[in-house]
Amino acid sequence: MTKKWTNTYLIPYVLWIGLFVVAPLAMVLYYSFFDIQGHFSFENYLRFFTPIYLKMAISSIGYAFFITFFTLLVAYPTAYLLTRMKNRRLWLMLIILPTWINILLKAYAFIGLLGTYGPVDTLLAMSGAGRRQILFTGSSFVFVSVYLFIPFMILPIYNSLEKLNSSFVEAAYDLGASAWATFRRVIFPLTLEGVKSGCQAVFIPALSLFMLTRLIAGNRVITLGTAIEEHFLVTQDWGMGSTIAVFLILAMVVVMALMGKGWLKRW
Amino acid sequence: MKKLMIMLIAVLVIVLALSLVSAKLTGSTTKAGAKTLTIYNWGDYIDPALIAKFEKQYGYRVVYQTFDSNEAMLTKIQQGGTSFDLVVPSDYMISKMRDEHLLLPINSKKVPNLKNIDSRFLNLSFDPANHYSVPYFWGTVGIVYNPKMLGGSKITSWNDLWNKKYRNQILLVDSAREIVGMGLNSLHYSVNDTNKKHLKQTLQKLKKLTPNIKAIVGDENKLLLPRREAAIGVLWSGDAVEIMDENPELTYVIPKEGSNVWFDNMAIPKGATNKKGAEQFINFMLDPKNAAKNAEYVGYATPNREAIRYLPKKIKNDKRFYPDKKLTDRLEVYDNFSKPVNARFNELFLEFKMNH
Repeated sequence: MTKKWTNTYLIPYVLWIGLFVVAPLAMVLYYSFFDIQGHFSFENYLRFFTPIYLKMAISSIGYAFFITFFTLLVAYPTAYLLTRMKNRRLWLMLIILPTWINILLKAYAFIGLLGTYGPVDTLLAMSGAGRRQILFTGSSFVFVSVYLFIPFMILPIYNSLEKLNSSFVEAAYDLGASAWATFRRVIFPLTLEGVKSGCQAVFIPALSLFMLTRLIAGNRVITLGTAIEEHFLVTQDWGMGSTIAVFLILAMVVVMALMGKGWLKRW
Repeated sequence: MKKLMIMLIAVLVIVLALSLVSAKLTGSTTKAGAKTLTIYNWGDYIDPALIAKFEKQYGYRVVYQTFDSNEAMLTKIQQGGTSFDLVVPSDYMISKMRDEHLLLPINSKKVPNLKNIDSRFLNLSFDPANHYSVPYFWGTVGIVYNPKMLGGSKITSWNDLWNKKYRNQILLVDSAREIVGMGLNSLHYSVNDTNKKHLKQTLQKLKKLTPNIKAIVGDENKLLLPRREAAIGVLWSGDAVEIMDENPELTYVIPKEGSNVWFDNMAIPKGATNKKGAEQFINFMLDPKNAAKNAEYVGYATPNREAIRYLPKKIKNDKRFYPDKKLTDRLEVYDNFSKPVNARFNELFLEFKMNH
């Protein structure tokens, strides 16, 4: 009797996952086997391995890596400081708050901030560094992306730092470890789970960023996301768009596997 | 138990009420179908006062819905289940929709005001004899630039853009057809050229423009150019009008090698429930005074020769937006490309973007 009831309760979840997770993925895979004229073929997969798309894939992965790296660099110390703060809830709230604002709105704000004659440019000119192009460069793209992703990295790290038993840290100091050794040997390994989930939460979306590549990088950065958008909306070549999406999904699986299994554990 | 019953009844009552409301809503559109006219047009592309005037004059209720790209509009019409009586697709989309049998022929006897349209803009390649469409607005692709920022130098041709002086000064519009077309034009090929060798040459030529390009952007150019973020922009004439309204320092030029001329056209889609009303509306919009009022509101160029008389001198004498026949003869309408050709253009553009 009870078993039956639990099964009934499962129905909505099974339906949800079936309709909104499994079915769309299956459709993406299905479409990827059709060329632009609607014939079944593997042409799209061959096309992916031509220089244009390979270069695009490499640059996407490269940028996603940099974005994740810099986000981690900023987020870890911030999360650490956060755990020592008095009004943690308030600070945490302030960090989450920007995520309530639409991403496009923030991107437009950055166009104003980073543009020629914008505040940042003027500040640089006044400080003697001279006017230089900031908007529409690869570095401004990384900068703005890092800004957008920081909250998603801070939260999981903060959570695992919170859970960290402070007696371990005290024990390390008592046994004569330096601050750096304590961090490297005790704190960081114990918060690795948070770092991993933070990296996943940043790396995967960073791979497929597309509006920012135009708004902030002026199409100087082309990611796979840009190509997917173009294939679906302009070329109406859904097959190629789906194929790129399949490769993104594969990349995601690889990242998850790497993060889960192990190379980081050697630390 | 009692609570549960109350909840259940409440849900039933809500469901019943909602279904009644929805039945009433759909009923009114189908029953009074003859009395409503549903228009599907680009956003902010008509003077609302004209809709009110039309409603008053003909006794229809006008429902005005908007789209933001030809492809989005096409998908909606293809899917069916809609009851649009009038749509406003661009040139190449007209021939595409006609080929897919998505348009109904327009009875020219019901649209006597067709005679007001400038003969230059009738009988064009995308719809010979205007069986299916009537031009609504038209414009060009060209260069908007700020002479003050360029030390007074003048731009007259596509090839001027390759000048080393203009390093990091150009904003291109993020649209494959326009930019590849610009490359083709700069080599004196047609914007509709699909010859593989010519396209390869075009890519080489476009790559040489790279040092001069600041960014490839979308609608943001309307924000960036008036603010002097860059001195030069390649875009559509309608956007140029908006930019020049914001900052009068800028000016617009149609390059002398030639360029694209585009038309947005009124047409009646398959499944229209009020064809008579649609034809009356087309005729109404072709009335010179109405067309002039609309052109003044929207800012694009009207193809209505008679309407031009009613436009302020400042607008109608502006050769940049009302070019004469000598210039329009050098402009080309886009052919409707097949999907593979379209894909080739896009991949070429993608490759160009990758290298910039």
